[in-house]
This record gives sequence, structure tokens and C-alpha cells, in this order.
Amino acid sequence: MKEVSSAIQLIPLDNYIMLSVALFSIGLMGVLFRRNIIVVLMCLELMFNSVNLLITAFSAYHSDPSGQVFVFFIMIVAAAEVAVGLSIVVMMKRNVESVDINLLNRLRW
Amino acid sequence: MVFLFYMLSAIMIISALLIVFNRNPINNVIFLIVCFIAMAGHYILLNAQFLAVVHIIVYTGAIMVLFLFVIMLLNLNKAIIPHKSRATRILAVITGGIFFLVLLAATRQTIEIHPRYPFTSDIGLVKEVGQTLFHEFLLPFEMSSALFIAAMVGAIMFGKKDV
Repeated sequence: MKEVSSAIQLIPLDNYIMLSVALFSIGLMGVLFRRNIIVVLMCLELMFNSVNLLITAFSAYHSDPSGQVFVFFIMIVAAAEVAVGLSIVVMMKRNVESVDINLLNRLRW
Repeated sequence: MVFLFYMLSAIMIISALLIVFNRNPINNVIFLIVCFIAMAGHYILLNAQFLAVVHIIVYTGAIMVLFLFVIMLLNLNKAIIPHKSRATRILAVITGGIFFLVLLAATRQTIEIHPRYPFTSDIGLVKEVGQTLFHEFLLPFEMSSALFIAAMVGAIMFGKKDV
């Protein structure tokens, strides 16, 4: 337990920045890559979580609990966003009989 | 401990890549759950015990079950949707890679930070986070209940058949 609580003094902050940037880029790539709207929502969750991880890392390195409270609020917003997003998915499946985002192109230029 | 960090990071990155490149939605959800559990391990390494528990309960317990539930409800367990065109997929990978390089180069240029407070390992405990939450952030905490009401009403309105 003592080893775990002092682990962040061994790991430089740069590693956490690199990890979060990589996860965020993978999430962005997934949003552009996939056609299934549920997987697009999952990649959005991945991007949310990479930002959460980075805020927590900064909060832990600064020894300031405000950052962790902020992450808590982001989790609240993500839960609300998923509830609304998945109900939009269900509505889309009912109206166009598919979850393919290429069918939702009425607002395209 | 450093080894643990690299192992968790490798698990997260590999499962995140598998989310993008695996075509079965059920497998995508399973890989996302693996990714989130590894992220809870990262929270524990960062001494954020409260966030680790909340992350497991909220994400792997509620949100991913909701995703699985919608996939089962809509009967999407097979990869029926075709891929985007090859050019779009290659462009998506190139965009993600360039975005990664740009953000990495931007964070390389930053100056080193100096912590505001001396190092303590107990800022992530329920006591500290709770005191901050209910002293400094009481109003946003109450406002989030209004957000939840709005999300609930929105979800019910979208779910209705004849609106």
C-alpha cells in the first residue's frame, strides 16, 4: 500500500500526458473511422476518459483535490450524455431501421 | 510500480485500438470495459481511490451495461454495417496520427510545472474529495441534479413513439 501511494513520485507527468494524448487520438480516429453510431458514441466515451485521466494526473501531481471534483462533474455530464445519446440511437433505429451514420446526411452540405 | 504503469497503459492502448478496428459491436463493448478497468487501475496509481471506485460503478457498471442493453435491444450483435470507403478510412487513420503528433509536439514545448502544495498521498480519499465537493463546489453539485432531470426528460421524450 505504501508503494502504491508513492508511485506517482516515480512516474513523470509526461508519461500521463502522452498516454492521454494517445487515447484521445485513438478516440478521434474511431469517430472518423466507423459507421456504427453506437461505436462512435463509445469512442466519444474514450475521449472523455482520456481527458479525465489527464485532469486526475494533474490534480494528483499538484496535490489539489479540486481537479478530482472536476472529474466527478465530467462523469456526471458523461452519464447524462450517454442516456440522451442512446435514446437518440433507439429513435434512429426506429425511424430509419439502421444505425448507420451515413444515412443521417440531410444536414450535409 | 513503474512496470505496473506501463502494463496498464499497454492494455489501455491495445484495447482502444481493438475498439476501433474490431467490427463486432459486442466485442467493442467488452474491449471498452477492459479499457475502463485498466483506467481504474491508473486512478489507483494516482492515489484517486474515490474516483477509481466511482469510475468502476458509473462506467463499467452503468454506462457499459446501458450500451450492451441497447445493442441487445436493437439486435446489433452481428457486423452488418459495411465499412466506410478505403480512402475515408486511410484519411481517418492519418488524421488521428497527425492529431497525436501535433498534441505531442505542443506538450513538448510546455514549461515544467511546480506544485502548489507539498506532496500528500491522501487527496483522493473520500474525506478530502467530499470536503472539497461540499464546500467549494456545492452550487455546481446541486445544479447537476437539474442537468440529470433535463437528461431524463430528454431521454423519455426521445423514447416516446408519437411526439
